[in-house]
Amino acid sequence: MAEKFDEATQKELASFLETQQAIARLNSSVQQLTTTCWDKCITGTPSTRFSRGEENCLSNCVQRFLDTSLFMVSQIEQKRTAAQGGR
Amino acid sequence: MSDFLSRSSAAFPSDMAARKEAMMNNVRQELAFANAQELMNKASDRCFTKCVTKPGDSLSSSEQTCLSRCLDRYMEAFDIVSRTYTARVSRERQEGQATPLQDSL
Repeated sequence: MAEKFDEATQKELASFLETQQAIARLNSSVQQLTTTCWDKCITGTPSTRFSRGEENCLSNCVQRFLDTSLFMVSQIEQKRTAAQGGR
Repeated sequence: MSDFLSRSSAAFPSDMAARKEAMMNNVRQELAFANAQELMNKASDRCFTKCVTKPGDSLSSSEQTCLSRCLDRYMEAFDIVSRTYTARVSRERQEGQATPLQDSL
């Protein structure tokens, strides 16, 4: 049976796992965004290459999705501030 | 006995380093595999919907052509989304804004 890792190695592994978990979250966001933007942008039958419009649509889709989530956060912030000010 | 074990672990630090490396590589591989599997599942789902509109006795040659192109395009779309997403997140991180986007990386 293998022995336990020493303390330094355990710390290193813990931070390694945190990084890997962050990568996993990133992967899952990209997977989700790919299907969302595919459904929005690729309406015709798949061809041998993307049209200029499809390609632009995909990257715009990502940018506007991120804008949207930032916008939503700022809206919630505003509502929260307004509610606190009204007390 | 326990004294012997603890001394032996100090005597072979390279063994522990090797086990650590093996463990890290396992995690990396699992993650890459899960990501590839997810991509294939999603591509199958989207391309089936697009290409096999009226399922027949077997996949026709036009359906197969469509599926193969669709898979290529889906992977290209994944690539575009991935590049745009990471570029945006790292740009915002560099600008030092405290944005919620940073939490996802």
